Formats: sequence, structure tokens, C-alpha cells
Amino acid sequence: MRYSLGSLLTNALTGNRNWKPVWREPEPKPNYDVVIVGGGGHGLATAHYLAKQHGITNVAVLEKSYIGSGNVGRNTTIVRSNYLLPGNEPFYEWSMKLWEGLEQDINYNAMVSQRGVLNVFHSDPQRDAFARRGNAMRLHGADAELLDREQVRKLVPFVDFDNARFPVRGGLYQPRGGTVRHDAVTWGYARSADQRGVDIIQNCAVTGFRIDDGRIVGVETEKGFIGAKKVALSVAGSSSRVAERAGLRLPIEAHVLQAFVTEGIKPLLDTVITFGAGHFYCSQSDKGGLVFGGDIDGYNTYAQRGNLPVVEDVAEGGMALMPIIGRLRLLRSWGGLLDMSMDGSPIIDTTPVDGLYLNAGWCYGGFKATPAAGWCFAHLIATGEPHPYAAAYRLDRFGLGRVIDEKGMGAQPNLH
Amino acid sequence: MRIKCPYCGERALEEFSYRGDATVKRPESLEPSAREAWVDYVYFRDNPAGLHKEHWHHSAGCHAWLEVTRDTRTHEIIDVAFAEKGR
Repeated sequence: MRYSLGSLLTNALTGNRNWKPVWREPEPKPNYDVVIVGGGGHGLATAHYLAKQHGITNVAVLEKSYIGSGNVGRNTTIVRSNYLLPGNEPFYEWSMKLWEGLEQDINYNAMVSQRGVLNVFHSDPQRDAFARRGNAMRLHGADAELLDREQVRKLVPFVDFDNARFPVRGGLYQPRGGTVRHDAVTWGYARSADQRGVDIIQNCAVTGFRIDDGRIVGVETEKGFIGAKKVALSVAGSSSRVAERAGLRLPIEAHVLQAFVTEGIKPLLDTVITFGAGHFYCSQSDKGGLVFGGDIDGYNTYAQRGNLPVVEDVAEGGMALMPIIGRLRLLRSWGGLLDMSMDGSPIIDTTPVDGLYLNAGWCYGGFKATPAAGWCFAHLIATGEPHPYAAAYRLDRFGLGRVIDEKGMGAQPNLH
Repeated sequence: MRIKCPYCGERALEEFSYRGDATVKRPESLEPSAREAWVDYVYFRDNPAGLHKEHWHHSAGCHAWLEVTRDTRTHEIIDVAFAEKGR
């Protein structure tokens, strides 16, 4: 069923009894052209673009739990394209453009809200760095405005402008950035892929890979062997332990990032704001809660929960930027697993196994990349050639000295 | 998570800095022929879900380098020892 004003009215007038499930729950077929491992945002977006852009519909998406149970349901929903380096900025700007057309493309309300992303700065050197970043963005066709203190005051009057240690001097603003309802992205891509014939198979963990003479021939799963001409891994957070079953060792460490939401309050924050002197980023959800996060915990973990030092650090960052939130109570906090890559940038590439493709290493920035990652990964799977926007995301770049180190931290995953 | 430093006893996580996998070995050779071994040492990790040997520095304490064995699925610390020389 196509969603429209007409379908909404018809269903409303008939007591909403005739809505159908949004995707099928098929049993796996013995063989597929492409098997995508991982039913998160990236995997489902890949399935959608494989079907829509490349006409490849004999595809299964295998998810070990329910779709969207991983990071696409655990992030802080922020989308932006404010990157600096040439290998990154065109990719993220393409993702931003895909976000802008997403709801029409998949006929699903993903609540794309271009409420702007504001990075405040606190010193002259930081102003220079942000001006440089804004210029890099504009050179790649993205939007960026360098705001002075008074312009920032108009956007967020409650910020602690005269903080003794970190006074707010201005901000870098990307008006087209904002937030997207993360679960709706999962459901919308799933529905669109399903309607084009893709089988979404939930509760079906991949337990191994069948490789014949260096070429992939299928995957072993909880529901038996499934043959596939091509297999695409899109399991960020678990990339190392899944890829290990295909004999691959990756330049990745698993880490945890925590996020937090407060009790609902009246409208306060109508943009996304980030602190420039610590790590704190915040937006207000439609239910009224402030959603925020900060640094990763910084040690290898698969536990999907973090420790208290980061909770304290995030709270301190929030209080330094906007003391107005001091009396709010936290409703929930949670953790998501990250593929922290060795240079802080992702991997979309072929692997040493013929027919096995890898989408991994998204660090803590995978959500905003969802549409472009799906777009470029589908292009790679369908054509065998990297998409120009993702050509720098090679698996072999580490040995070649072509790292994309946005933060300049070197091979220290916990510092990116 | 608290780490039991052999010198200082059980201390809060904030006192320690993380350095990562303690099992990777720095290649002896600086010759071009050792390039692959260097790439492996600098960039590639086993990243296990389970027991992980890792280096921690007691940076806000006694400055000892520690080799901690920890379960990455539960954060349970199994063992803490001084880091060995040559690693």
C-alpha cells in the first residue's frame, strides 16, 4: 500500500482496521543473488538501493535479532555534513542530499527535521579552525555559516555565554543539518525494500561463511545454509567477530558510546547544539526530552553498556554549555557498540574473499551516513567498482598511508 | 569498572588511561621487508568478544604500565599484572 492523504483518510474512516503489516516475514529461499548480513539502517538502505537503483531484487537481509535492534535504534538521531577532509566531505554531503529526498523516495514519514546543527566555539584559534571547516564544507557544496556571538544568542539565548572558562565566542552553523526519526528510517527502508521483493529475515544469525576456492558461495545461518553469489557485511559494532568467521582480521576495535535522554519538557532547543570545549551534543526530541551524548568510553567492549566516568563527563559538558538543564532528571541512558576504525573513518570495500563485501568502521557517525552508505555499498555490490563518493574508504588504505584521519589522532581508536 | 593496581590497590577508572591490545608485538626489523608486519602491528587487531589482554597506564596514580586481562562482554577484570618489557 502506498501511503498518501487518501490512504490515511480512508483508513481513518474505516476505524483503522485495514492497515496491513509493513513488511512480510518470509522463510529464507535456498539461494539469493545477494545476501546482506545485518538488518540495521545500513543493511536495509543497501537493500533498498540495490533494488531501486540497480534492479537487483533477489536479495535477503539477515538479521540476528529484530531489524533496527542495533545502532540505528541507539543513536542520537543527528544528521549533518560538517566534515573537513576531501575523502569524507563529498560522501557526507551526498548523504545529506539523500536525507533531504528520503521521505519521497521511500514514501515513508521519517520526520526529517532540518533544524540546523550549531557547533559553538570558545576561542580565537577555534574560530579559525571552524572557519576553515566551514570553507571546506562550502567548497564541496554544503552549507555553512560562521556566526558571531550575537547570532548565536538569537538561536540559543539560554547558553552560558559568559562562562568564566569557556565563554561562547560564536558558532559554525549548518542550517541543513538536523535530526531524523531513527526507527522510522529502519522501517521505511525495510518497507521499501520488501515491496521491491527483498526478503527480510529476522532472528536469523549468521554462524559462518562457506567459501570455495577463495570465493563466497553462501552463509551458514540458524535457519540452515543459504546460497549466495554475493555476501555483504553490514554489521558495525560486530564487524570483527563476524568477519573473523570469513577469515578476515580488521583494523577495528569495538567500543561503546553512551547516550542519554531527560524527562520531557516544553520546547527549549529548536536546533542541534554542540559544545566546543568538551564533548557534548544535544537536541530536543518531539516528545520533549533532551537527547544528548559525548565521548566514547574508550576501551574495547562488546557489553552495550558503559561506565560512570563518561556519564559524569557528559553531564559536566552539558552543564558548562547550558546550565539551564541542571535540574532535569535523566529518564534513560544506554550504550551502543561501535566499530572504531584506526583512523576514525569507515570502510566500504571488497575483501580478499571474492564476492564478500564489507561496510564497517563507522565509529560513532554511522547514522548520518545511512543513506549514502547504502547508496555506495549497493553500487559496489552491483558493479564491483567503488562509488566515487566512497572511493577513499578502502580497506587497504592503512598500509598505503592513505588514512583519513579527521581528528589527527593516529592509530588510536579510542581517541577518534 | 575499577582496576586493582598492584601498587595502589583498587582504584577508579578515571585514574587510568587506555592503550589497547597488549598482544600485538612491535616488529624487530626496520627494513622495508618488514612492512607487512608493521602494518599489522599498527593497524590490525583481533578485537575479541571475550578475554582481552590490554595495556592500561595508571596515569593519575603511580604511572605504572599494567597488563589487564578483561572480559569485553562483561567488563569483568580477570587479572592485573605489570606490563612486560619488550612489548
